[in-house]
Amino acid sequence: MTLHRVLTGTALTAITIGLVWLLFAGLPRWYGPRPTSSAAAAPAAPTPPPPGRRIKARLFYVADDGTRLTAVERDVPYGEGTIEQAKAIVAAQIGTVSEPLVSPIPAGTKLRALFVTDRGDAYVDLSRELSAAHPGGTTTELLTVYAIVNALTTNLPAVTRVQLLVDGKEVETLAGHVDLRRPLAKNTDWIQ
Amino acid sequence: MSVLSPARRRLLAVGILGFALLAASRLAGQNPGAPFTVLSKDSRRTLAVTTVADQEFAALEDLAALFQLAVHEEPLGALTVSYKGRTIVLTPDQALVSVSGRLVSLPAAPVRSGRRWLVPIDFISRALAPIYDAKLDLRKPSRLLVVGEARVPRVAIRVEPLGTAARLTIDATPRATAAVAQEGDHLLIKFDADALDLALPPVQPQTTGGLVLGLRLVDQTTVAVDVGPRFGAFRASTQPVDQSMRVTLDIVAAQTESPAPAPASPSPSPSPTPAPPPPDLSTLAPPASSIRTIVIDAGHGGDDSGVSGPAGTKEKDLTLAVARRLKGAIEGRLGLRVLLTRDEDRNIGIDDRDAAANTNKADVFISLHASASVRPRTTGATIFIAAFEKTTDNASDLPSGPERVATFSGGVRDIELLPWDLAQLRHTDQSAAFARLIEQQFRDRVPLSAHPIDRGPIRLLEAANMPAVLVEIGCLSSPGQEKQLAGGEFQNAVVQAIVEAVVRFRDQLDAGRSTTTPGVGQGR
Repeated sequence: MTLHRVLTGTALTAITIGLVWLLFAGLPRWYGPRPTSSAAAAPAAPTPPPPGRRIKARLFYVADDGTRLTAVERDVPYGEGTIEQAKAIVAAQIGTVSEPLVSPIPAGTKLRALFVTDRGDAYVDLSRELSAAHPGGTTTELLTVYAIVNALTTNLPAVTRVQLLVDGKEVETLAGHVDLRRPLAKNTDWIQ
Repeated sequence: MSVLSPARRRLLAVGILGFALLAASRLAGQNPGAPFTVLSKDSRRTLAVTTVADQEFAALEDLAALFQLAVHEEPLGALTVSYKGRTIVLTPDQALVSVSGRLVSLPAAPVRSGRRWLVPIDFISRALAPIYDAKLDLRKPSRLLVVGEARVPRVAIRVEPLGTAARLTIDATPRATAAVAQEGDHLLIKFDADALDLALPPVQPQTTGGLVLGLRLVDQTTVAVDVGPRFGAFRASTQPVDQSMRVTLDIVAAQTESPAPAPASPSPSPSPTPAPPPPDLSTLAPPASSIRTIVIDAGHGGDDSGVSGPAGTKEKDLTLAVARRLKGAIEGRLGLRVLLTRDEDRNIGIDDRDAAANTNKADVFISLHASASVRPRTTGATIFIAAFEKTTDNASDLPSGPERVATFSGGVRDIELLPWDLAQLRHTDQSAAFARLIEQQFRDRVPLSAHPIDRGPIRLLEAANMPAVLVEIGCLSSPGQEKQLAGGEFQNAVVQAIVEAVVRFRDQLDAGRSTTTPGVGQGR
């Protein structure tokens, strides 16, 4: 009798656990929205790359004459998939550098988010320093914009155009000159 | 028959002679004893002068009040004049003075007049100027004392007959731009200066065929040329000559009164030197030109200072100063309608700037800017034109033709509908041609950057429905160039180059129009 009670209690507990799992985990998994491969927002689920693995990427810095970019091949952390790799490339491009390299990106600029559409348009959301700390001038503004645009479009075949966002919002320009209302394609005219 | 007695006639003759001598003396600029005008950027004061034994003297206390000097009379009779720790020591009856320990000679010794000490007027240039913070420029012939950076060019005017016309040659030294405009029966020549150091020459109307009746100073910076009833048209041109800016003003008679001279008709003039060729009247006629209106955009403004130089020069102030000069130069020289997107320090949106050009049907749009660089050695001017991404860089994005719409009056009207941000698309070739002309004109006058002409997705230019350029006249982040950019001489060089480019661009467009079918262009 006691054994029968124990078996009954165990069975009920197992059934309860099964129902709870079905209600909170099984059904949402079966019927919930499936994640899309594109337009995946940056915060989603990165798989950490194997530690220490790096790739070569061409990044862009201000040439001596101040009117063009010069390409420099640098080691950049490996990222799993287009989005993770794009984030690693942008992080390296906007990071601080030491002489003789001079960055066209205002100091303190941070990457907030990045996503890529099916059409290959990358949206790069950068912190407000990109605009607020910009020294101004049309040439310098063009160098700032095309350093990021070219860094992504040169190193990632899946990215064909880039639109810069500031603090999560679309902006018209960074310092009053360059039209940022649309994604921009790679432009090698600005590379020395 | 005279109604005057012989005695009155003699009196009148003496009076006329005296007046003529006084006038001649004034005209020659020599008027000893007359007070000096002390001109600075923001004030205009008077310095009284006393003549003693043919020497002009100024009261030391007047100078002390004008220039914040401290004057002490020492027990042994010496006079000490101090200014910010620097000292001038004068000794009565001695023409030598000590200026910060260095001996300087004056034309006469200080003299006492009652309770006042008088010093020779040259004391200002020889003793005071070396210790004073600001520049002191004593111009005795014109009775001027220019303080600091006040722009007071010497203006010399020459009037000469030129066939059936008259030519005025006006030299301003140092260079100052001038705008010429007609107002009723006189032409106004307004200089971009704080005041003028001017000696007006006498004008005899008969030598100019009655075209020029006289010259007079209207205000501190404006000279009026009174023209006679035969006046028909004028043409003004400006060019730098040595250290001067020369305005050449040709005035011709109305055609109804002076028939056009037959070609190659020999001049009966007995003049020993060959007369200059008469002006081409066709160039003086109201222009049927491709360019009638120009809109000039002074970049940034209000809260948006643009680039700031290391010494504090702000791009918004620089662009406004150059825009104003450019407006005056184009109006004065070419007689075109010129509008500024802003004529004060205020915020203005990019679309509003484009709207100013589009709604005023400008034929050319020039936006003025300065650059900055993270590389300290970067300098020079760059001319930008719009570039469009490949997705929009073809005519298929533009409407194929005008659209017919109904009007309130019941009829129909063809109007063109253009996407605002693509308005520049069909003008890019002409914009590039204009940019090349500016580059050519800059070559000898304005330093150029490593890439003088560049293309990019320039937000401002995309919506301009006419040939449009953005000119960065120099790099404000460079300390050397910042100083240059802030100077009037450099700004004038920029202005002259752009004016020349406009003239050549107009000629190109006019030539193209005369050889192509009408309707090509902006279709207005």
